[in-house]
Amino acid sequence: MQFGIFSVSDITPDPTTGRAPTEAERIKAMVTIAQKVEEVGLDVFATGEHHNPPFVMSSPTTYLGYVAAKTSTLLLSTATTLITTNDPVKIAEDYAMLQHLADGRVDLMMGRGNTGPVYPWFGKDIRDGIELAVENYALLRQLWREDVVNSEGKFRTPLQGFTSTPRPLDGVPPFVWHGSIRSPQIAEQAAYYGDGFFHNHIFWPPEHTQRMVEFYRRRFEHYGHGSADQAIVGLGGQVFMRKNSQDAVTEFRPYFDVAPVYGHGPSLEEFSSQTPLTVGSPQQVIERTLGFRDYVGDYQRQLFLIDHAGLPLKTVLEQLDLLGEEVVPVLRKEFAALKPAHVPEAPTHASLVAAAGGARDATVYAATDSVTGQAAAEVEA
Amino acid sequence: MTTRTLAVVSAGLSNPSSTRLLADRLTAATVAALRARGDDATVEVVELRAHARDLADNLVTGFPNESLRGAVDTVSGADGLIAVSPIFSASFSGLFKTFFDVLDKEALVGKPVLLGATAGTARHSLALEHAMRPLFAYLRAVTVPTGVFAASEDWAGAGGVDRALADRIDRAAGELADLVSGRPAAARPVDPFADPTTDFGELLRGS
Repeated sequence: MQFGIFSVSDITPDPTTGRAPTEAERIKAMVTIAQKVEEVGLDVFATGEHHNPPFVMSSPTTYLGYVAAKTSTLLLSTATTLITTNDPVKIAEDYAMLQHLADGRVDLMMGRGNTGPVYPWFGKDIRDGIELAVENYALLRQLWREDVVNSEGKFRTPLQGFTSTPRPLDGVPPFVWHGSIRSPQIAEQAAYYGDGFFHNHIFWPPEHTQRMVEFYRRRFEHYGHGSADQAIVGLGGQVFMRKNSQDAVTEFRPYFDVAPVYGHGPSLEEFSSQTPLTVGSPQQVIERTLGFRDYVGDYQRQLFLIDHAGLPLKTVLEQLDLLGEEVVPVLRKEFAALKPAHVPEAPTHASLVAAAGGARDATVYAATDSVTGQAAAEVEA
Repeated sequence: MTTRTLAVVSAGLSNPSSTRLLADRLTAATVAALRARGDDATVEVVELRAHARDLADNLVTGFPNESLRGAVDTVSGADGLIAVSPIFSASFSGLFKTFFDVLDKEALVGKPVLLGATAGTARHSLALEHAMRPLFAYLRAVTVPTGVFAASEDWAGAGGVDRALADRIDRAAGELADLVSGRPAAARPVDPFADPTTDFGELLRGS
């Protein structure tokens, strides 16, 4: 099982001091956090993609490319990549490039975005949200799997004899997850392709996550990718810990009370009982997280949200220490002991290469290059 | 004899409340009218005052908590609905509107609804027609032709109810009973997690 962190990249004032980080500080803090995720022994760091304040992360591959150079084992991912408003050609190119630079330590999570206005900023219409996700993703898959693509769809200018470069590392495209809080159509899409399904699992009651995951598992089996319990499931989660649980509650409450997403509504205690939010001791986080398995089954990836709502970097790094030292080692052991042998781990570059029968160089050489007019073979000769 | 479920939503704030009083009169008359048509009725009352904070939380978090969930399910699953609000500032109360704002937008489609409203003066009476009825038209509910408005003076007749108000209550209840008893057993809301009718592969080829 994989454990990691996902970030929405928000710039939120710290309610206890009133101070908000600058963009420069927040961007560098996110690099520090990703490095720390690797250092404390977690597996994955996933960044959101947003194109409006208060968020900084408009350019995930620039950021992840930099993090790739600063890390060596960390799996780089997204939460989420906007499959609706990004050009699928650019996603194909950017993430194949990242795959090469990161030696395959890359996967992606597709999502539709959380704000209506983002669609027109990129020349799209929110009413086409699901259709865009369906068509763009089909094209993205084709671009990664076929060297020469001819395509005509409803939303993008047609492609004639187009080759997306670089080709995926070792001829194997990155694994893809699909994230959706409430749209069964997206779970259906994930099931159809045998891709992973990720539920944010932060904002809504667990019963809702359970129904979405059950649906995805059932449809995964329907489309012949394996039994329902072999489907690839990821969950989010939100935690805040201190050794002493009352210290955690006292320290987190001012952040909770005015948090952009749920602040000014239910109390911390109410929200903790209504949703998977866990504020308390490491042991409480361990118990709550193990309980997720009771309603979604054996799953493959657990990401925590810890760097939001104005929490200072120092506090976030302390949370990572607690996760790395006290929580995740226990969760790894407990989840592994519970997982039946026929339930797979989340696919990685290595496992996908093995499944493809080994690595192959997928480079597509131009017949002749447009500068010299010579073919590669002629230049070498 | 079929047993029908009647949900009653009352947005009165005081206790006792004339809004609840009107809701109870409408309910009793509807149950009697259903019996006259050979149907039994189960009544479930949702007092919105008890859910005032739940509703505010739902606006902020995007989901109903457990307590509000019960009220939402009661109304969504009922065969018929009696909805009564006090009139504040020329329209239904904000609390009343909030409840219908957090319902699933399909929850009331085709559902027979009897509208009632109360106020201190008869000058508010048409709010029923130009504020409340359009809300339910938007939600694609089937409202009965008679909406029942009661001002303070309407409660002053013999037995505490003006005869004209009593007649309107009976007429409206009869209209609601006609719709409810003529209806097939409670249409279940569409399950968003049922298997899709179109295979994803077909969807792709068609797009």
